[in-house]
Amino acid sequence: MRIRARSKPGIFRTQAFRIVLAYVLLFAVSVTALLFFTYWNTRRTLDAQTDQIIEAEITGLSQEYRHFGLQGVAETLRAQSLHSNQSLYLLSDALHRSVAGNLDSWPRISGAAGEMVEFDFERPIDGKMEARRARGRVFDLPGGFVLLVAQDVHDRYLTERMFTTTLPWTVLLILVLGAAGGALMSRNMLRRLDTINRTSGEIIAGDLTRRVPLNGSGDEFDVLAENLNRMLDRIERLMKGLREVTDSVAHDLRTPLSRLRNRLEESVARLNASGAPKSEMMADEIERAIAETDKLIATFNALLLIAETDAGTTRAAMSALDLGSVAADVVELYEPLAEERKISLALIPDAGVAVEGNRSLIAQALANLVDNAIKYTPAGGEVRIRAANTNAGMELSVADSGPGIPPADRPRVTERFVRLEASRSSPGTGLGLSLVMAVAHFHRAELVLEDNVPTGLKAVLRFPKSAIRSVPPLKNAAE
Amino acid sequence: MRILVVEDDLEAQRYLVQGLKESGHVVDEAGDGETGLSLALSRPYDVAVIDRMLPGLDGLKVVAEMREHGNGTPVLFLSALSEVDDRVKGLKAGGDDYLTKPYAFVELLARIDALVRRRAPAGVRTRLDVGDLELDLLSRAAKRSGTAIELQPREFRLLEYLMRHAGQVVTRTMLLESVWEYHFDPQTNVIDVHISRLRAKIDKGFEAPLLHTVRGAGYMIRAH
Repeated sequence: MRIRARSKPGIFRTQAFRIVLAYVLLFAVSVTALLFFTYWNTRRTLDAQTDQIIEAEITGLSQEYRHFGLQGVAETLRAQSLHSNQSLYLLSDALHRSVAGNLDSWPRISGAAGEMVEFDFERPIDGKMEARRARGRVFDLPGGFVLLVAQDVHDRYLTERMFTTTLPWTVLLILVLGAAGGALMSRNMLRRLDTINRTSGEIIAGDLTRRVPLNGSGDEFDVLAENLNRMLDRIERLMKGLREVTDSVAHDLRTPLSRLRNRLEESVARLNASGAPKSEMMADEIERAIAETDKLIATFNALLLIAETDAGTTRAAMSALDLGSVAADVVELYEPLAEERKISLALIPDAGVAVEGNRSLIAQALANLVDNAIKYTPAGGEVRIRAANTNAGMELSVADSGPGIPPADRPRVTERFVRLEASRSSPGTGLGLSLVMAVAHFHRAELVLEDNVPTGLKAVLRFPKSAIRSVPPLKNAAE
Repeated sequence: MRILVVEDDLEAQRYLVQGLKESGHVVDEAGDGETGLSLALSRPYDVAVIDRMLPGLDGLKVVAEMREHGNGTPVLFLSALSEVDDRVKGLKAGGDDYLTKPYAFVELLARIDALVRRRAPAGVRTRLDVGDLELDLLSRAAKRSGTAIELQPREFRLLEYLMRHAGQVVTRTMLLESVWEYHFDPQTNVIDVHISRLRAKIDKGFEAPLLHTVRGAGYMIRAH
């Protein structure tokens, strides 16, 4: 089965990136809102101050008006105008002619009389006319006279303009800095997650001794890694225990089984020698018992071989070998059986499909695959065995035109003693594919079960490129 | 036949000795390597059955010592170690055959038989005959009653092995090991199919069959 840790997702698909993105956006929105609030509040306070000054002046002027009439107001304005920079006044008659004040002419003002309005005007500063901004109020006085009392708020206006022009840049800066900081943070986080992922990948690939490294900081990642490691320790202990039980069961039961078989054989021999009546029938019974014992012994042998191969403790010697010739030998062995079952057995060899491996183990694994294929392919079907040099590695594949294995069941069938409902009726120990898996594992190869086109199952033993060495020249001395 | 059995497991030894005696052989037994070696060097035996794992002097060393003393008695190793490399080591140490426990007694008998016959001086044979079946090892041609039989290379090797052991029981495992060089049992018994194919070629149309199935053991080729 293809068992592999999921590959690393692109940075844009990581949860960390999404969190950072959302955070940066939220941050930018809050900062903008905060800036706007500060701006609005400052402006309101400043305006309120200005308005207070204007109100105070108006109160003063209205007292003047009550006591001395228009003339009094005009005189006060003239006097005030002389020593005031900030305060602006203009009193005009019904024909808009200036009567008094420090503004030369009526500025363009929109808004009703009595309301606070803002307007532009010009005044000389250091001998030059300058456009400035003011805030004030217009009053209609009896006799068609109009009074404008205002404050120069140009400084505030400039600050405000500066704020509105810099705001977009500020927001942009926040976004850029936020994204950069987020990327940095998430990269750091991702690197540590990556370590955990890589380690779990190696563990899935079969190296149960791997552990997630700690960086000693005692942070959440360290705690997570520590917990994972503790979990792995436990899994490893359980696996080891299971393996030991399997091994010792197989070992310890083989001896009594072998004695049982011996006794049965002796009984048959004695029965046959005695020539007693009905001895033949009884001998037949015992022969059947012997056959059952043989099946048991075969199962134990298979279990032991799987356990040893799986644990890598087998002393199988590796040599350079040609998968094509291994395939040819196995096909030759199974050809008559296939013919008897009316199944065509085809060999498609590529030249030079060389791997470093144990011939006997690979042959046995391939034999199991071919055996299965022939067993499950109906008469008239086809089984194709192929040794191929592909980009992914050196492949040994067996494709049949049988019923196949549903994708959901594929990871299960390589487990020990697992037999699918559909195959319960046919003979077998349920260890065939487990052995293939163990052999694949031993060679750092992978066993891939996939759909065959148009129907059936295709089992591929794929040896990684790294396991391939060039075939050395043939030795003269036979070993 | 005089047979030496060196086996430390007393139950297994008893079974072996009794079985061999019942088959009409004369048996000496030893429970450890030293005793086994001194027996092997002091008396002539037709074949020695030696367990590979023995207390003290182990089976490999016993055989190596025997060979060093110029003793050429054929040796059949018995071992719980089933891997190909263990077999290779056993054969390199001077063993002549290697049988993995647990084994069927007929398998052991067939192998002992094959070992002893192999030792019989026969010179270089270029032709094998069984009844009216002839196998020419040089031209790689088979004939029965003068009629040529077409054989594929593997069928030729299969027939050659059977004919070299004519009159002896040859087990399926022996065939797998010698003709196919596989040391494992396929899930389905493919050897039977190969045999029935070969039988169709050499026995079909002839009154007396040569290739016989020995129930519970294997096959035998013989003239009568």
